[in-house]
Amino acid sequence: MALSDKDRIFTNLYGLHDWRLEAARRRGHWDRTGELIAKGRDWIINEVKESGLRGRGGAGFPTGMKWSFMPKKSDGRPHYLVVNADESEPGTCKDRDILRHDPHTLVEGCLFAGVAMGAHAGYIYVRGEYYNEHLVLQAAIDEAYAAGLLGPNACGSGWDFDLYVHRGAGAYICGEETALIESLEGKKGMPRLKPPFPAAVGLYGAPTTVNNVETIAVVPTILRRGAAWFAGFGRPKNSGTKIFCIQGHVEKPCNVEEEMSIPLRELIERHAGGVRGGWDNLLCVIPGGSSTPLIPKEACDTVLMDFDALREHKTGLGTAGVIVMDKSTDLIKAIARLSQFYKHESCGQCTPCREGMGWVKRVMDRMVDGRAEVTEIDVLEQVTRQIEGHTICALADGGVWPVQGLIRHFRPMMEERIAAYKQRKGATAAPAPLPMAAE
Amino acid sequence: MSGGSHDDAHRSGGGRIAGGHGQGGQEIGGGFEATHALGNANEVPDQPTRFEFDAESEAALADIIKRYPPGKQASAVIPALYLVQRQMGRQTGSAWVPRVAMDVVAERLGMAPIRVYEVATFYLMFNTKPIGKVHLQVCGTTPCWLRGSDEVFRACKDAGHLKGYGDTSPDGMFTLTEVECLGGCVNAPLLQVDDDYYEDLDYDRTVALIEALRRGERPPIGSAIGRQTSAPAGGPLTLIDVPGE
Repeated sequence: MALSDKDRIFTNLYGLHDWRLEAARRRGHWDRTGELIAKGRDWIINEVKESGLRGRGGAGFPTGMKWSFMPKKSDGRPHYLVVNADESEPGTCKDRDILRHDPHTLVEGCLFAGVAMGAHAGYIYVRGEYYNEHLVLQAAIDEAYAAGLLGPNACGSGWDFDLYVHRGAGAYICGEETALIESLEGKKGMPRLKPPFPAAVGLYGAPTTVNNVETIAVVPTILRRGAAWFAGFGRPKNSGTKIFCIQGHVEKPCNVEEEMSIPLRELIERHAGGVRGGWDNLLCVIPGGSSTPLIPKEACDTVLMDFDALREHKTGLGTAGVIVMDKSTDLIKAIARLSQFYKHESCGQCTPCREGMGWVKRVMDRMVDGRAEVTEIDVLEQVTRQIEGHTICALADGGVWPVQGLIRHFRPMMEERIAAYKQRKGATAAPAPLPMAAE
Repeated sequence: MSGGSHDDAHRSGGGRIAGGHGQGGQEIGGGFEATHALGNANEVPDQPTRFEFDAESEAALADIIKRYPPGKQASAVIPALYLVQRQMGRQTGSAWVPRVAMDVVAERLGMAPIRVYEVATFYLMFNTKPIGKVHLQVCGTTPCWLRGSDEVFRACKDAGHLKGYGDTSPDGMFTLTEVECLGGCVNAPLLQVDDDYYEDLDYDRTVALIEALRRGERPPIGSAIGRQTSAPAGGPLTLIDVPGE
C-alpha cells in the first residue's frame, strides 16, 4: 500500500507551491512550535526515540540515541547543532529539494534539535554547488528571524537559538561529519580520528551533533503527529517515511517520499514508470547511493527498501539513491567511473585510501577493456579487503564496496570481457604485467 | 576530495587521456588541473601583484565574520575566498582566486597564508588560475553517465569550440571542467553553468544552451524538457492533494 498524500511530510517536494513562511504555515509548519518546546528536552528526545527515526544521511544510526549522547549540562562550553547539507553521494538529490522547496520544516527542525541537545547555535553546511538552494534557505531563515521564530526567545519558548548557513566549496569528503567540522572551522576537510566523538569534542572543541538535512526536517512533523504515527510506517526498526531518488534507466526518474520498506520493484514501477524496456530488461540496482554495493535483478524482484532487508543482501539503504541499470549498461564501466569518483574525492590523509583508490581505479579501467588476467580479479578483491576498514573514515569503505559488489555478482561478466580482449588481440599476446603497487 | 588527486593531476597534465586502449579510451580526469594552478606561481604568469576587497565585498565580509564566535573568524575563509572569486569575476570577467588575494584573506582573518593556500587548493570550486567568462561544468559521475553525460560533454566541445576537459575556448568565452556528482541525479544529465544547474540535457539541448550563452543570454535554469523540478516527466503522481493548498 502506498503512502497517501496526507501522510507526506514534504508537501512541497516538487516546488509546486510557495516555500515562504506564510505558505509553509498554511501547510502546517511552525504550528504550536513554542508549546511543543515547552514540553521539554527529554520529551523531544523521547518522542524521536519512540518514532524509530534512523539517520537519513546514510549510516542509519538511531537519531534519538545520538541526541542523548550530548552532555545533559554544559560544562561552560557551548553546544552546537550542525546540519549536514553537503549532499554529495552520487545518486542522491533529496536534501536539495528540502533546501529549495521545503526549507521551513528544516529550519523548524533545527530549533527542536537545538533545544534537545542544549544548543543555542546551529550551522547548516550546504554543499558549495547548491548556490541557488542556499539562497532560498538563507531567505527562509531571515523570514523566521523576522517573525520571532529564531533568535532570542525563539517562538516564545524562552530558548535562544541562532541559525547560520555555511557553504562548502566542492569536496565530497566534507559529508563525513568530522571533515565537515574541520571545514567549518576553516581548514581542509580531513576527517578526525574518533574518539573523541563530536558529542564530546566537536566544532571549536565543543560538544556537537551532526545530523543530515532529512533527519532534522522530519522531526517537527513527528513531534506534532506523534511518534506512533511515524513508527507506523515501515517494518519495525526501519520506521517512517523516506525520500527516494529513483534514477538511471527508468522511464521517469524522480524523487518521491514513500513509506519505508516499500518493495523496490513497486517503488520503481509505481513512481518512476518502471525500468526502461520492462522489468525483465533490468540488470541490477545500486539501492542506496554509490557507496552501497549493487544487487542483481533476482534480488531486486523481491527486496524491500529498508535498512535491514538490504543488509541481508550485503548492501544498504544508504541515502536511498536508487540507481537503476538495464541490460544495455556497460556495468564494469559504470563501476569503474565510481572508482574514479572515490579516487578523486579521497582527501589523501590515509595511505590505504590515497594510494589504494588510485590503484583500484587503474585496475578497474583495465577491467573495462578486459586488458587484464582473470587472476587479477582475485587480486583486486583482496586489495579492496585490505583498504576496507583501514582508514580513519568510511570514504575508502564506500569506495571499494561497489567493486566488491561487482565481483560478487558479475564476476563472469568480467571474465568474459577479459576473454574477449584476449581473443581480439590474439592468444599469443603477452600477458599484461601485474601491477602490484602504485604504478 | 582533491587532496589525493593533486599529485596525480600534476604529474600527468590536464585533460589527459587515460585508459586509451580498446574501446576508444575514455577521456577523464581533466577537471582539477583545468582550474587549479599547481606547484609554484610561475605556472600562472599573469598573477596580479595586488588585490583589495571592493566596497561590495567588504560589506559582505563584515556580515559573514559575524556568523562565527569571536576568535573563530578562520571559519570565514571559504566564504571570503568566494567573495574574492566573485569580485574577480566582476572586475576582470574571470572568476578566480589569485595568490595575492589569498594573502589578503589570510591577513584579514588572522591566519597563516599557508592555511589559506591549503583551503584554496583543497576545494575544487576555487579556481586558482584564470578561467573563461562562463564556466561549463559537466557532471560525469555514474548517474549522469548512465543518462548520457558523454553527449553533454561532446556538445560542450562542439558548440563551445573546446578541445576537452581543462580547455578554455580561444575567445576566452568558455572553460570546460568535469565535475563529480552535482546532486541532481533524478534530472541527469546535468551541466552546471557558473552557479546554475541545467538539467535533463541531451546533445541538441546542450548545443542550444551553449549557443544562447555565447549570445550573452541566460536561459531559464532547471529542466530543459519542462519538468517540474524532481517530479516525474509528465507531472507529479504524488502530492496531488496537499492539505493547506
